[in-house]
Amino acid sequence: MKADIRVALVGNPNTGKSTLFNVLTGLNQKIGNFPGVTVDKKTGYTNLPDGRTAEIIDLPGTYSLYPKSQDESIVFSVLADQANPSKPDLVVVILDASNLKRNLLLYTQVADLKIPVVIALNMIDLADKAGITIDIDLFSKKLGVPVVPISARKIAGIDKLKAAISYANKIALQEESIDVEAIAPQLIAAISDQLKIDNPYFALQLAHQHETLKFLSAKENDTIEGLEQEFSFHSQKAQGTETIARYSFINELLYDTLKKPETAQDESLSNKIDKVLTHKIFGFILFFAILLFMFQAIFSWSSYPMELIADLFVWVQNQLHHLLPAGPLTSLLVDGVIAGLSGVIVFIPQIAILFAFISILEDTGYMSRVTFMMDKLMRKVGLNGKSVVPLIGGFACAVPSIMSTRTIENWKDRMITIMVTPLVTCSARLPIYTLLIALVVPNRNVWWLFNLQGLALTGMYIFSLVSAVVVAFVFKLILKGRERGYFIMELPVYRMPRWNNVLYSMYERAKTFVLQAGKVIIAVSVILWVLASYGPGNRFEKIDQKYQQPQYTKTLNADELNRAVASEKLENSYAGVLGHFIEPAIRPLGFDWKIGIALITSFAAREVFVGTMATIYSVNGSAEKMESVQKKMGSAKNPETGQPVFTLAVAFSLMMFYAFAMQCASTVAVVYRETKNWRWPAIQFAYMAVLAYAASFIAYHLLK
Amino acid sequence: MRLSQLLAGQKGIVKEFTDLEMSVKLMEMGCLPGEEVCVERIAPLGDPIAINVAGYSLSLRKREAFTIVLQ
Repeated sequence: MKADIRVALVGNPNTGKSTLFNVLTGLNQKIGNFPGVTVDKKTGYTNLPDGRTAEIIDLPGTYSLYPKSQDESIVFSVLADQANPSKPDLVVVILDASNLKRNLLLYTQVADLKIPVVIALNMIDLADKAGITIDIDLFSKKLGVPVVPISARKIAGIDKLKAAISYANKIALQEESIDVEAIAPQLIAAISDQLKIDNPYFALQLAHQHETLKFLSAKENDTIEGLEQEFSFHSQKAQGTETIARYSFINELLYDTLKKPETAQDESLSNKIDKVLTHKIFGFILFFAILLFMFQAIFSWSSYPMELIADLFVWVQNQLHHLLPAGPLTSLLVDGVIAGLSGVIVFIPQIAILFAFISILEDTGYMSRVTFMMDKLMRKVGLNGKSVVPLIGGFACAVPSIMSTRTIENWKDRMITIMVTPLVTCSARLPIYTLLIALVVPNRNVWWLFNLQGLALTGMYIFSLVSAVVVAFVFKLILKGRERGYFIMELPVYRMPRWNNVLYSMYERAKTFVLQAGKVIIAVSVILWVLASYGPGNRFEKIDQKYQQPQYTKTLNADELNRAVASEKLENSYAGVLGHFIEPAIRPLGFDWKIGIALITSFAAREVFVGTMATIYSVNGSAEKMESVQKKMGSAKNPETGQPVFTLAVAFSLMMFYAFAMQCASTVAVVYRETKNWRWPAIQFAYMAVLAYAASFIAYHLLK
Repeated sequence: MRLSQLLAGQKGIVKEFTDLEMSVKLMEMGCLPGEEVCVERIAPLGDPIAINVAGYSLSLRKREAFTIVLQ
C-alpha cells in the first residue's frame, strides 16, 4: 500500500500507545524489523478525512530519548536520522493526561528535534475522573502545537486526531522548550559546524549517543569524539542539567494549565488492589493460583476444540483415501502433508488460550507486580525482576521471550535469562507432554477438582521453572558482569484488560505459530514420509517377494500379512535405518528406534514429534483404519516382548528429554541474533543436550 | 536521611543524589530534587520498594533508594 504521509507514534510505556495504534489501523497492520537491529517495527495504515492515506509506525515506548535499552535506542534513530527509511513526516506524541508531568519530558525532547508534532492527550476521561482539569487551549498555545484530547480505549476523539494529522503543518512550529545551546554551547556549535547540522538538540544528542548510533560514519564518529575531548564534555552531567531544565519548563507550563484537586485524594483504587495483590502471603498464593489456573485451563478448555480439529482431519484423510486412487502421490498428500498439517492446526487452541492469559496479565498491569514481588528472589539466582516476563513468556514460546529480554539493561542478567529461557516449558512441548501424559497417567480426579493428568502437567511446568533457576544460578557463578544492574520501573495503574488487544494477540500468535513453525513441521512431515516410504537398495522388493512365499500366504490372513509387510518395510526404510543407527545410544534411556526417528526429526522443532509419531504409526498401521495418534501409540507393542512400548518409565524419560534438549532451530537462530555471537547458542545447545541425556537416563532407571 | 530508610507510608523531599549515573535515570523518571516522595509499600521479600513520585508509582531497589538523600 502506498501512503501519502508517514506518522510515528511516540510515547511513554503504559500510555495506551498500542491501543491507539490498534484503533487507528485496525487489523490493517504488519510486524517487520527495523533494518540492522532486531527491534519489532509495527506499521499500519489509516485513512485521513481529506482522503489521504497515512502510514502509522508504532515506535517502542520510552521515557526519554536517552535510551536504556536497544528497543528505546531505535526511537532517536528513526526520528533524527534524515536517511532513515522510516523517518516520519509527523510525530504524534501520546501523553497520559492523568500523569502529564513525567510524560511531558519526552515531548519536550521530541519537540526540540524540530519535527512537526501533534499531541494526543490520552486517558482524558481518567484525568476528569481524578478531578484533574487541563486548560487545553492554553496548553496548546503555550506549546505551539495542536493538542487533541482522546480516549483510545473508549475510541473517543479519534476522528479529531485524524483531522489534526491531516491538517498538521509540514514544518515544525512548536515553541522552544529550553535553551539547549546553554548546556554545552561550544561543543554544540562545533558539532553543528563540522557535521553540517542545523538543529542544536540533534547535535547535542549526537554528542551523547554517537558511540551507539549506526547511522554515523566512522569519520563522523571520530570527529565527535575529538570535539568531546576538546571541550571536556561530561555526558551524564550534561544530561542531568538538561533534565532539570526540562522539568522546570514543564512545572511552569503545568502551573498555568493544570489544576489538581487540592485536598488529599482518597486512597487510589490501584493502591487498594496492590495491598492485596502484593501482600506478603496472599500475593504469592494468588500468583501461584493464577499460574495453576492457567495450566489447568489450557489443559481442559482446549480439549474440546482440539478433538474437533483432530476428528475433522481424520474425516478429511478418510475421504481423500476413498476419493483418490491409491498410489504414492495420494499417500504423500494424505499421510505426509495433511497428517503434518493436522499436527500444526490442532495446537492452535492451546496457544491461543495461553496468549490470552499472558496478554491479560500484561494489560491489567499485574505482570509488573509480579516483577516487583519476584525481583529479590530472582536476583539471588543471577536473574532480574524483569527476567520474570521472558521466563513466563517462555511458557508460550522461547523465541519471542528471548527477543523480549532486550528490556533487561544489564548484560549479565540478560545473558543468563537468554540461556535459561528455553528450559521453560514452551507451548511446543505441551502437545508432547499432553500426548504422553494421556497415554500413561490415568484420567481421574483427586481431591475433587484436581485432574491427575492436569497435576502431572503442572508438575512438568514447575519442574522446568526449577531447572531454569538452578541453571541460572550456575551461570551466575560462571559469568562475569560488565556493568552494575539497576531496577527502576514504573508500576502502572491497574486497568481492565482491553479485550480487542487480547483477541488480537491470540490471533497474531496463532498466526505466527502456523506460519513459522508450520512450514518447518510440514516440510519435516514430507521428508519423513519419504524416509519412511522408501528404503536403500532393493530391500523393499525383497520384503514383497519374501511375503509372497507360500509359508506366509498360507499361515497368515490378508490383514496380518499386510501389517507384517508394512512393519518390516518401515524397519528397512531410510528412517528405520537411521533410527536403528542411533538405537544403541538411546537404548539406555528406554527408547526404541521408532522414538529415535522422532528424536532426530524434532531437532528442527519439538512440535514435529507428534507429527512424526502420526506418520510412523500411520505408515505402520493399516491405512484404512485411521486411529488418532494417541490410540496408536497406546496400542504399540514391543515386537520382541509383547509389552507396551510406552510404559510410565519410557514416557517420563521421553518427557525429560524434551524438557531439556534444545530441539528448536528457531530458538538457536534467535539466540544468535540477540547475542551476535555463535558461542552462546553453541554453549546453550551443548549444556542442554548433556542435561537431557542425564535426566532421561535417571528418570528411566528410577521408574523402570 | 536516605530514601531507603523510610518505612511504608512515610514521606520525604528529595535533596540530592550520591550517585551520578543513578541520578540521571531517576531524574528522567520525575524523581528530582525538591520533589516529594512517599513510600507506598515494600515488596513482600523486603526489597524492592514502591514509591509515589510525580503522581505515579515507581519501584526501585533499596540499594538504589539509598542513593537518594532526603531533606
